[in-house]
Amino acid sequence: MTQDEKIERHTISVLVDNEAGVLARVVGLFSGRGYNIESLTVGEVDQSEHTSRITVVTAGTPMVIEQIKAQLDRLVPVHKVMDLTVEANSVEREMALVKVAGTGERRVEALRLSDAFRARVIDTTHTSFVFEVTGTPSKIDAFIGLMRPLGLVDVSRTGVVAIARGPEAM
Amino acid sequence: MAAQELTGAEIVIKALVDQGVDTIFGYPGGAVLPIYDALFQQNKIRHILVRHEQGAVHAAEGYARSTGKPGVVLVTSGPGATNAVTGLTDALMDSIPIVCLTGQVATHLIGSDAFQEADTVGITRHCTKHNWLVKSAPELARVMHEAFYVATHGRPGPVVIDIPKDVQFQKAEYTVSPHITHRTYRPKVKGDIEKIKEAVDLIANAKKPMFYTGGGVINSGTVASQLLREFVRLTGYPVTSTLMGLGAYPASDKQWLGMLGMHGTYEANNAMHDCDVLINIGARFDDRVTGRLDAFSPGSKKIHVDIDASSINKNVHVDVPIIGDCAHVLEDMLRIWKSKARRPDKAALADWWKQIDLWRERKSLSYKTNDEVIKPQQAIQRLFEMTRGRETYITTEVGQHQMWAAQHFHFDEPNRWMTSGGLGTMGYGMPAAIGAQIAHPDALVVDIAGEASILMNMQELSTAVQFMLPIKIFILNNEYMGMVRQWQQLLHEGRYSHSYSDSLPDFVKLAEAYGATGIRAEKPSELDAALKKMIETPGPVMFDCRVDQLENCYPMIPSGAAHNEMILGDDADGASVSEEGKMLV
Ligand SMILES: Cc1cc2nc3c(=O)[nH]c(=O)nc-3n(C[C@H](O)[C@H](O)[C@H](O)COP(=O)(O)OP(=O)(O)OC[C@H]3O[C@@H](n4cnc5c(N)ncnc54)[C@H](O)[C@@H]3O)c2cc1C
Ligand SMILES: Cc1ncc(C[n+]2csc(CCOP(=O)(O)OP(=O)(O)O)c2C)c(N)n1
Ligand SMILES: [Mg+2]
Repeated sequence: MTQDEKIERHTISVLVDNEAGVLARVVGLFSGRGYNIESLTVGEVDQSEHTSRITVVTAGTPMVIEQIKAQLDRLVPVHKVMDLTVEANSVEREMALVKVAGTGERRVEALRLSDAFRARVIDTTHTSFVFEVTGTPSKIDAFIGLMRPLGLVDVSRTGVVAIARGPEAM
Repeated sequence: MAAQELTGAEIVIKALVDQGVDTIFGYPGGAVLPIYDALFQQNKIRHILVRHEQGAVHAAEGYARSTGKPGVVLVTSGPGATNAVTGLTDALMDSIPIVCLTGQVATHLIGSDAFQEADTVGITRHCTKHNWLVKSAPELARVMHEAFYVATHGRPGPVVIDIPKDVQFQKAEYTVSPHITHRTYRPKVKGDIEKIKEAVDLIANAKKPMFYTGGGVINSGTVASQLLREFVRLTGYPVTSTLMGLGAYPASDKQWLGMLGMHGTYEANNAMHDCDVLINIGARFDDRVTGRLDAFSPGSKKIHVDIDASSINKNVHVDVPIIGDCAHVLEDMLRIWKSKARRPDKAALADWWKQIDLWRERKSLSYKTNDEVIKPQQAIQRLFEMTRGRETYITTEVGQHQMWAAQHFHFDEPNRWMTSGGLGTMGYGMPAAIGAQIAHPDALVVDIAGEASILMNMQELSTAVQFMLPIKIFILNNEYMGMVRQWQQLLHEGRYSHSYSDSLPDFVKLAEAYGATGIRAEKPSELDAALKKMIETPGPVMFDCRVDQLENCYPMIPSGAAHNEMILGDDADGASVSEEGKMLV
């Protein structure tokens, strides 16, 4: 495999006008052109300015990643595109709600491990917990992996949000 | 005093007038009746009633491409909008500015599967540069002006404004001025000056340079063509163009090598392959042009000027990318070239031209005539010669005739050539001719057609008759979907599966049935007189020109091959296509 064909994972932030259909445009761009979406999150970030921020985690060759950014940038309602993987030192977080059902030893073990992951219990019954866990996607993968043999029944993940370190705005 | 309130429909008309629109192409229906009513009560805008909404969009494309102004379309909801989809996709692929207004069911009915409801913004999201659903009349004027801005700025393209019927009735103030800047969309027109300097250095030091120009020069406007001419002549370098860029550089000039690509000339393609500096001005390294990517111009440093960053490094990696408008960048290039008193390497250039002249001697566009059948190339060459000195606009359908037109009709001016390049839409040519004729009422407008393609939008002949548009439809009738047949010959051992044009209408009688004039020629000896008659007959004419049925279009780079692996007409017999090549379109 040459350098040009190496698949890289990139986290891209897209600041958009919060108008109808904007998310469909972004998602449609990825599906229409055959790009990967590993994760996609969106939320309004400035109510008075009507702007939302979309965070996409994608994978592709360097040429494809360049294309993705250029394609995003030319969408009419897009203000700015930033590749957090190359343009900035950044932090990434994801949150998951993880439901684990069980009793006895397994229940105790689940609780003990959740503590090590700084997960919070946000719902409990005699036979189940719902944990809230925040961290990098790999930390969440690890937590879910550990819960699987302990009675994992349900997972809901937010997808990745990310931001550049330091004082500057996007 | 408060501004007067207008209905949504009146706002639409006022915004069009304020944008300088004088002509729209459309077809009515329930969901646009209020706009048609407002049209009825004014006389600033002329409405051309087409016979199918696809025709409306292609007509608007012909209007736009021949004038440099945006084309405007008005259609109803549901089937009106879906019929427009092919035209919109065509305009998107070829970067043609179109503003398409679609009617929509009333806002409170959206989503209820109401009569003639279609999710127009959903359906057209992928075939427009941008689109809007306008949910209230107060937004309408702003969206209208924004739409014109988006369609015409940056890389041009089609936009759709979907207007529910209740919004057309609703009253609102008309307040916006037509000159807006967009909140988010502000394409860059000036190129990075450091990159331009780098490019000029490369260009000046080239030993085997080559200009590769494209539709972007046409999009950029006539000034860009002027600047291109000036720069190319100043350098003395050879120049070729894509199908979409024909006319930006005069074909009669000695530095012109003809079109490049799949059906380009031997000299243009070989020069592309062997050059050491490739100067791409407004072309997008399309697969019809590059051939096999890993063998594309392997030894050259590549400069690419394009207004759309996503065109750069999409298919071919370039060394000096310049994001900007062709005219602006060419102006800077010229200024820097002159201020630094740059001179090309005369000796190297002389050797390069010597090599190019050897390729030219191969005469790759030659063909043999006889007394029995009209050769399609001959028909076009005669058309070209007999229309010289006139203001002539050529449109085409899609197929062999289109390629022969590109090869044998020579353009010295931009905006005279309208063809469906990116999408390759059969049925484009006649409505596009209608649009061009509307814009240039006194010019000669000819649709060079194939007998299969012309049937795809034949109904538009009725439009031409109604509006007394003297378009000429010049059908090269080979009784085959010739381009398909040629590929079947090359790729599928001559099994001509469903590519014979059976049960053709009698085109002469058909023309007459529409109220147009029909002409036929079957022998070379009849050709000139028939062409003369076509050109001189007032009103629309359809000319059934019977040509050699089995002629193939050469030269040709078979799919999956490189620029220096062309099939030429005189040694085409043993030609074949690689297994990988067969997978390509
Ligand atoms: C049957 C058939 C055969 C064909 N064979 C050939 C062939 O042999 N040779 C050939 O060349 N084509 C051929 N084509 C056409 C081909 O498919 C493409 O449409 C064509 O090559 C693209 O031309 P272009 O590169 O000039 O790009 P266009 O589609 O014209 O795109 C223009 C480019 O310029 C940019 N641009 C737009 N405006 C500006 C501006 N103001 N300033 C700077 N840049 C701008 C755009 O971003 C874009 O990248 C064929 C088509 C058909 C249907
Ligand atoms: C709408 C559409 N359908 C199918 C095709 C595929 N196609 C490309 S060329 C061609 C044949 C065109 O035949 P004709 O108009 O007679 O032109 P010729 O090649 O014979 O000159 C076809 C079917 C197309 N380009 N467009
Ligand atoms: Mg034919």
